[in-house]
Amino acid sequence: MTATQRAFGASVRRLEDPRLITGRGRYTDNFSRPGMSHMVVVRSPYAHAKIKGIDMSAAEGMPGVVAVYTGADMAAAGFGGIPCAWVVPDSDTKTPQHPPIAIDKVRYVGDAVAIVLAESEAQARDAAYAVEVDYETLGVVVDGKAAIEEGAPLLHDDVPGNLCFHWTVSGGDLDAAFAAADVVVTDSIRNQRLIPTAMEPRAALAEWEGAMQQVTLWVTSQNPHIVRFLLSLDTGIPEHKIRVVAPDVGGGFGSKIPHYPEDSMVIFASQQLNRPVKWTETRSENYLATTHGRDHHSEVEMAAKSDGTILGMRAKTWANLGAYLSTASTGVPTILHGLMLSGAYNIPAIHEDVYGVFTNTTPIDAYRGAGRPEATFMLERMVDLVARRLGMDPVEIRRKNLIEPFTEGHEVATGLVYDTGNYEPALDKALGIFGYDTARVGQAEARSKGRLIGIGVVTYTEICGLGPSEVAGAVGFGGGLWESAIVRFHPSGKVNLMVGVSPHGQGEATTFAQIISDQLGVAVEDVEVIYGDTDQTPMGWGTYGSRTTPVASGAIMGAIKHLKEKGTKIAAHLLEAAVEDVEFKDGLFSVKGSPEGGMTIQDIALAANTAWNMPPDVEPGFEASSFFNPANFVYPFGTHIAQVEVDPETGEIDLQRYVAVDDCGPIINPMIVEGQIHGGIAQGVAQVLWEGAHYDDQGNLMSGSLMDYAIPKAEFFPRFELGKTETPTPVNPLGVKGVGETGTIASTPTVYNAVMDALAPLGVTKIDMPLTPERVWRAISEAKEGGS
Amino acid sequence: MEVKIRVNDKTYERDVEPRTFLVDFLREEIGLTGTNVGCDTTQCGACTVHMDGASVKSCTVLAVQADGASVTTIEGLARNGDLHPMQQAFTDAHGLQCGFCTPGMIMAAVKLVESNPDMDEFAIRHGLEGNLCRCTGYENIVKAVATAGRFGAWDVEEAAHRITVRGSGPERSGR
Repeated sequence: MTATQRAFGASVRRLEDPRLITGRGRYTDNFSRPGMSHMVVVRSPYAHAKIKGIDMSAAEGMPGVVAVYTGADMAAAGFGGIPCAWVVPDSDTKTPQHPPIAIDKVRYVGDAVAIVLAESEAQARDAAYAVEVDYETLGVVVDGKAAIEEGAPLLHDDVPGNLCFHWTVSGGDLDAAFAAADVVVTDSIRNQRLIPTAMEPRAALAEWEGAMQQVTLWVTSQNPHIVRFLLSLDTGIPEHKIRVVAPDVGGGFGSKIPHYPEDSMVIFASQQLNRPVKWTETRSENYLATTHGRDHHSEVEMAAKSDGTILGMRAKTWANLGAYLSTASTGVPTILHGLMLSGAYNIPAIHEDVYGVFTNTTPIDAYRGAGRPEATFMLERMVDLVARRLGMDPVEIRRKNLIEPFTEGHEVATGLVYDTGNYEPALDKALGIFGYDTARVGQAEARSKGRLIGIGVVTYTEICGLGPSEVAGAVGFGGGLWESAIVRFHPSGKVNLMVGVSPHGQGEATTFAQIISDQLGVAVEDVEVIYGDTDQTPMGWGTYGSRTTPVASGAIMGAIKHLKEKGTKIAAHLLEAAVEDVEFKDGLFSVKGSPEGGMTIQDIALAANTAWNMPPDVEPGFEASSFFNPANFVYPFGTHIAQVEVDPETGEIDLQRYVAVDDCGPIINPMIVEGQIHGGIAQGVAQVLWEGAHYDDQGNLMSGSLMDYAIPKAEFFPRFELGKTETPTPVNPLGVKGVGETGTIASTPTVYNAVMDALAPLGVTKIDMPLTPERVWRAISEAKEGGS
Repeated sequence: MEVKIRVNDKTYERDVEPRTFLVDFLREEIGLTGTNVGCDTTQCGACTVHMDGASVKSCTVLAVQADGASVTTIEGLARNGDLHPMQQAFTDAHGLQCGFCTPGMIMAAVKLVESNPDMDEFAIRHGLEGNLCRCTGYENIVKAVATAGRFGAWDVEEAAHRITVRGSGPERSGR
């Protein structure tokens, strides 16, 4: 890169890549420690059963077996229940005990009942099969709506009716809105359960050091500092004696946010055996024991005037939480869902009741988008249904209701104040790229020949860059949401940046180096970003909720500011000039007007680190730290448009085109941002067309492996056509907004709307996702029978 | 059982359990952890390596089946410090995010391109059906494979511009 080309805005190749493309990734399962023992978890084959007894004798005698432990053993050693980190206020939330290994009762298929430690993983697995558990099976309920019905099997004695919480959001005069309506449309919406399926299964390796009474845990986590904090609550080990390392992490998508029982199990076993202990899950185990996402039932009504003006929306949602509360379970279907129901539109009145429900299924937590995809899907479906009722074009109704441009904040009925927005240019840009008018003509022609072509449009906004810590506290999140950074210049002028966030594929080792390079005039290659280790990095709350760049960059910019100020003082001293006469530009401190006599920032770093000649009252060293607590969330927005063709004979859907125009503010690395959008779109499209977790009525996960759960392949997708608008947020110094989840949030309703548009001539308005050929074919057949 | 397997031009002799898979041999016995395991049903392709010139999923090959064979893993792909063109293309085109599927994806792509260097976009997408990626939506992986394969150059944008997209229609929904 030349000195004249700014690092900010350049598609710099990723600094993460060299190790990852040569097979030197440092994933947790790649680590071994001397004397390491392997752990395998014995899991319940029943969704709901009392544990009458556990016979470990056969397993204990098998080759290589070191020990077998139960939940009672962990409890006796002082290990408590796995804590939930989010209790939403004013919702009467129940937080039943979640023992890391079930003690009296199992509550889902995959619930842990014992752990086996052996010299090799294979030996541990063999012995796990020999652990005999005597179960007395109980009634099972898997559906979030059925579980709160009278007479449903009860999961937790202290949670009447399996109702974990009832939360409401309300704003505006809903009665007036519905009274004034010309049309009211209603729909029952099922947002099916998904399995995140990060390509790297979870793993955890604990090494207890008895002499120091401290433990190191290498773990597949998106937020090692949160895991450390929570571990200090349930393991009894003080927080300063716990080191959590999240090395290279092979994707998370929310499923590696939680503090999982296995984290505590390996620590317990390592303490008991005084040996390092490693556990790595299989994919099938991942499907049972790693959190799932979504799984809502919703009943929704929207009121509108005959000209398409939206007046109000009312909803009830039943959110399946699974068998236990995971780390962020309760926040996802409430704060991250209900508050976003206004989307990009002026909706004067909104009300939602959300019921969080326990069932005999794998716990549910965040999955890419986490609450916002569910909200956006509901909203964008209702908007399309109103448009169809009124015979309006989906673009026309959206344009009519979009919030007008704003830069100083805009309050919606749910109480959120959006940071900044300018939605119509993104819509127009997307329409232009898509060639919308031409496409509609083509669609009409195709329809006249019996072909089912559909176009779906979504104008969205979403809440991310989580977020102001005061709000985090007010909404019941058990932590802060600020971030921190330390920028450290070494004597040679090379730089380490230590951050509390923990990227795992999003490329911030590169993006953040670009910020440093752009601001301080050092080469991108001269910056090493350190993250994912609680001993090496300052406190931070992790990588999720599209927060890493918008929040951490605020801290990085704070540290940069300190360094510029300190450097200016040192340079003024050494250049024998007044501080106010020294300027800093492109890595050079110089007296204004005479750059030839200046000092580079590397010169200053050396001078400050040697400290032979420092100005009075300036400390040695060239390092600064900063903490950044954002004043608001950020709200990226955009318009997505898709075209599909449905084969009327087979029900197969061909996704033909996908256009996405997103506004995430100024872009630091376009290549990385586009990659985030691609991946997001793919996951959201997958929800519409292919993915869905399914339990039978006995609580067996029928989609329990990659043979049964349809992760999309390369051939499933067309090439994505991307565009952008750039509206900076005032919330952080660089004006940047998150982009990790926009694709997922927008693409599910976009493609769904396109399919419903394709089927509009047949009168079809609803098919439950995923829209498999069989379901589509049935809907077409039923529509034809009904119409004939 | 005694096995003798040549891996990345070095011969390893080990006594393994008959049930040991090649991937476990690579990861556990000889410490080559670049080859990843992403599933237990041979779907994901993260463990793809080359065995006697063909790409295989090493989670489904027993170490004893590989006895006497020559295996190349991701660690052995770069030569004399130079990245293989496919490795270079993956970083140039941003064909990886978390990197977990990447070793297998690159190994599969190398053989795909060797089998037919003149593929259109559809053929590349179809040819990668044995490898799953959860991060990239495949777009930049396809771009990387096209770059390394057909054009042998590093100009990603140029390559992306030149790869032909077959007309839309049911033929593309090859499910």
